[in-house]
Amino acid sequence: MSLDNILTNWSRYRKGAEEGGFHEYEHQWGMVVDLNKCIGCNACSVACYAENNLPVVGEKRCGKNQAMNWLRIERYWDEPDIEPYKAIPTANVDVWIEGNPPAKKTDLKPSMPSSYLPGLLEQGGQSFEERVGFDGTKSEFQDFGASFLPMMCQQCHAATCEPVCPVAATYHTPDGLNAQVYNRCIGSRYCSNNCPYRLRYFNFWSYYEDAWPEPLHMQLNPDLSVRDKGVMEKCTFCVQRIRVAKDMAKMENRKVMDGEFATACVQTCPTGALVFGDMQNPESQVSKLWSYHQVERGKTKQSKQNKELRGYRILEGLNTDPSVLYLERVREV
Amino acid sequence: MKYVNEKDINEEIKWAQINTDILQSLQNPRKAYWVAVAVCVAMLACAVTAEVYQYQNGLGVADLNRPHMWGLYIATFIFWIGMSHSGTLLSAILHIIHADWRKPIYRFAEAMTTFSLMTAGFFPMIHLGRMWNLYWVIPYVTDRGIWPNFRSPLVWDAFAITTYLTSSALFLFIGMIPDLAICRDNVTGWRKKLYTVLSLGWQGTDRQWRHFRKTYMLMACFLIPLAVSVHSIVSSDFAMSIMPGWHVTSFPPYFVAGALYSGCAAIITLFILLRYFFRLEEYMTVALMEKTCKLTFAIAMVWTYLNLVEFGATWYGHDPVAKEVLISKFVGPFAPYFWAMMFFGSVLPFALAFEKLRRHMATMMVVSILLNVGMWLERWMIVGPTLSHAYAPEAWNFLWPSIVQWAIVFGSFGWFGLLFLIFVKVFPCVSMYEVKEMVFHRRREAHAEVAEKFHRRTDDMQQATGRPSVEGA
Repeated sequence: MSLDNILTNWSRYRKGAEEGGFHEYEHQWGMVVDLNKCIGCNACSVACYAENNLPVVGEKRCGKNQAMNWLRIERYWDEPDIEPYKAIPTANVDVWIEGNPPAKKTDLKPSMPSSYLPGLLEQGGQSFEERVGFDGTKSEFQDFGASFLPMMCQQCHAATCEPVCPVAATYHTPDGLNAQVYNRCIGSRYCSNNCPYRLRYFNFWSYYEDAWPEPLHMQLNPDLSVRDKGVMEKCTFCVQRIRVAKDMAKMENRKVMDGEFATACVQTCPTGALVFGDMQNPESQVSKLWSYHQVERGKTKQSKQNKELRGYRILEGLNTDPSVLYLERVREV
Repeated sequence: MKYVNEKDINEEIKWAQINTDILQSLQNPRKAYWVAVAVCVAMLACAVTAEVYQYQNGLGVADLNRPHMWGLYIATFIFWIGMSHSGTLLSAILHIIHADWRKPIYRFAEAMTTFSLMTAGFFPMIHLGRMWNLYWVIPYVTDRGIWPNFRSPLVWDAFAITTYLTSSALFLFIGMIPDLAICRDNVTGWRKKLYTVLSLGWQGTDRQWRHFRKTYMLMACFLIPLAVSVHSIVSSDFAMSIMPGWHVTSFPPYFVAGALYSGCAAIITLFILLRYFFRLEEYMTVALMEKTCKLTFAIAMVWTYLNLVEFGATWYGHDPVAKEVLISKFVGPFAPYFWAMMFFGSVLPFALAFEKLRRHMATMMVVSILLNVGMWLERWMIVGPTLSHAYAPEAWNFLWPSIVQWAIVFGSFGWFGLLFLIFVKVFPCVSMYEVKEMVFHRRREAHAEVAEKFHRRTDDMQQATGRPSVEGA
C-alpha cells in the first residue's frame, strides 16, 4: 500500500468524477430494434437465458415479479378507443392468445369485457378464426392486437443508475457499455429504482439452487458467472462475446469487424429485427441505420428532417442517452 | 383563557426535592417495568427471527420485486431518522433561543434522538442484498484503490447518519454530566462505580461550569445545522433520483418538517408515559404539555403546507408522469393509506388546537400515536407509489409487504423501546440541574427577595459585577 498508488488512484477517481465517465471510447456498442420485424416470438429472450446463465425462477416467483428476464418482450394491447381502431371490432385479449396466461390485470389498458365476445365472434357471418386467422396470415392480424417491444438494458451513456450506486459497482466502460460488477455490488438496489426502464434485475433468492437441477447445470455458460443472492444484474450486451471478439482481433492484429460476432439475441432473432454493432465504426450496419434514421447520440430531442423516418429512442427526453434505437412499427389502417 | 397565568413549573419547589423526585425514577423497577421489557424483547425477537430468515434466504422472502426494490425498510428508516430530529429541536434549537420551558423535557427527547438513530441505522443494513459487504461504503484506504462512489446519496447517508449519531450521543452525554455527578453522590453499589466514571470528576466548580456551558453551547450550534442536513441528505435519496414523485425540489424542507413533526408527536407520547409512570407531574406539567402541543401543531401546519406545495408543484408542473403518480396516490391502490396519512397528518393535528383536548392526557396519548402512524404512512407513501407507478408501464404493480417486512418494522419499535427502558432506569430522564436553573430564574422573576435569601452567592456576584450572573445554579 504505497502512498503513490493511493494518490494516483485518488486523482484518477477525482478526474473520472468531474468529467463524468469516459469520453474517448474504443467502441460504442449499439443496437437497432426494428419493431416492424418483431413478431414477439420471445426467441431472443430464450437465447438470453441460455447465454447469460439466467435462472428460470418458476411460476410462483415469476408471478411475484422476481423473474430475471434480462431481455423481455413487453406486450401492449391496442386500446379500442384509439381513433383509427374505433371502427374495427376488437376482440378480447384472452382470446388472441388462447392457452397463454391472460395479460396482467395491471397492464396498460382495459381489455374488452368477455361479455362482448359472443357477438363479436358471430359478426359478419364469419367465425372469429376466419376473420383474423390465428396463424397471422390475415392482414387484420397486425392491425389490432398486440404490439411487442423488446426491452434490454439500453446501455445509456448518461445512465441514471451509475451515479447513485454507493460502491460504484455500475460504471461506464471504454466500450460505451454500462457495466455491472457483481463482485462489488452490495445490493442497495438504488440503481434499479433509478432506472426509468426498470431493466435491472435483482437476485432476490439464491436462484441457482433450483434453477438448474442436474443435468441441466451442464448447460451453464462457462464464460460468465452464476450469480448468488443479493446482487443486481442486467443485460450486458453479451460482454463475454465482446471480449472474445476483441481478443481475437487483437491476436490477429486487426480491428473488430462489423458482423464478426453478435449478441445472443441478435444471433437468434428469426426475422432479423435486431441489429448489433459498433457505432464508432461508420461502416457498421448499426451506424448506417442510426444515421439513416437521423437519430443522434447526446440529444434529448431529435431534429428529424423527414417525419416519415421511424427511428426513436425510448424516454430519450430524460437525457439518459440510450444506445438502443427503436424503429417504429408501421401499420395499415 | 382560564389557564393564562398558569405556571410552567412550581417555582417554590426545593432543590433537594428535585433531586429526590428525579432520583426516585432510578430506583429498582416495579413489575410493570419488567412486563414492558419482556414485551420489547418479544417484539425484538420477532424482528431478529425475520432477519435471520431473510439473511439466509435472500430478500425474496420480503416479497420485494422488480419495481418495488425498496419497501418498508426504507420507509421505516426515514421514519426513525425523522423521529430523531425532535431531540435536537428541543435540546439545541430551543436552547440557543433561550426557551427555558424545554428544560424538564429535553433529556428524554434527546435520548430518543440517539436511540431512534440507533434503530434507523439498522434498516439500510437490513435492506442490503449483501449486508456483509456494508463496509464498502466507507472510504477506507486499500491497495486496490477502490473508493465508494461519492456521487451517490447513499454514501452521503452513511456519513450523515454516523456523524449525527456520534454527535447526538455525545451531546446527550455532555448534557448529563452534572446530573451524573448528583447521581454519583446519592447512590451505592454498581451505580456508584458507573456514575463515578461517567461524571468525569465533576465537582461543580465555577471553572467546570464555565467550560461546560461553552462546550454545551458549541455542541448545540454544531448539532443544529447537522440535524437539518441529515434529513436533507436522506431526502436526497429520493430527490436526486429521476423518478416521478421523488424528483421534487421541495423534498429537503418537506422531510425536515416531517421529521420534526413525528419527533414532536413522539415526545408527547413519551412525555405522558413518563409523567404517569414516574409520577413526574411536578416537572412534566400540563403547561409544558400545552407548549409542546402548540409547537407540534405549528410544525404540523408547516408540514401540511409543504405537502400541498409538493402536490401543487406536481399538478401544475405538467410533467405527465409525475402527475400520474400523484393521481395514483389519490385514487390508486395506495389511496386508503394516502388518505389515512392526510387525515392523521393534516386533519388530526387540529385536535392540538383545542385547549380542552390538549390538557387531556389520555386524548393526547392517542392523538400523538396516531400522528406518528400518519407520519409513518407518509414515508411509505413516498417510497411505495413512485415505485409502483413510474415510467415503465411494464413494471406497474402494487406490492403488499410480506410478513417478514412487517415483523422487522414491528421489532424495530421493540428495540427502540428496550433501549429507552434501559435508559430511564440508568440515567435521570429529567435534567435535574436544568430544572433547578429554571426554578431559580422563575423564582427570581416572581419573588426577588426569596431568591436573594436562598441564593446569596449569586446575588453577591451581581453586586460585584453590576450584572446578573449567568452561571445558573
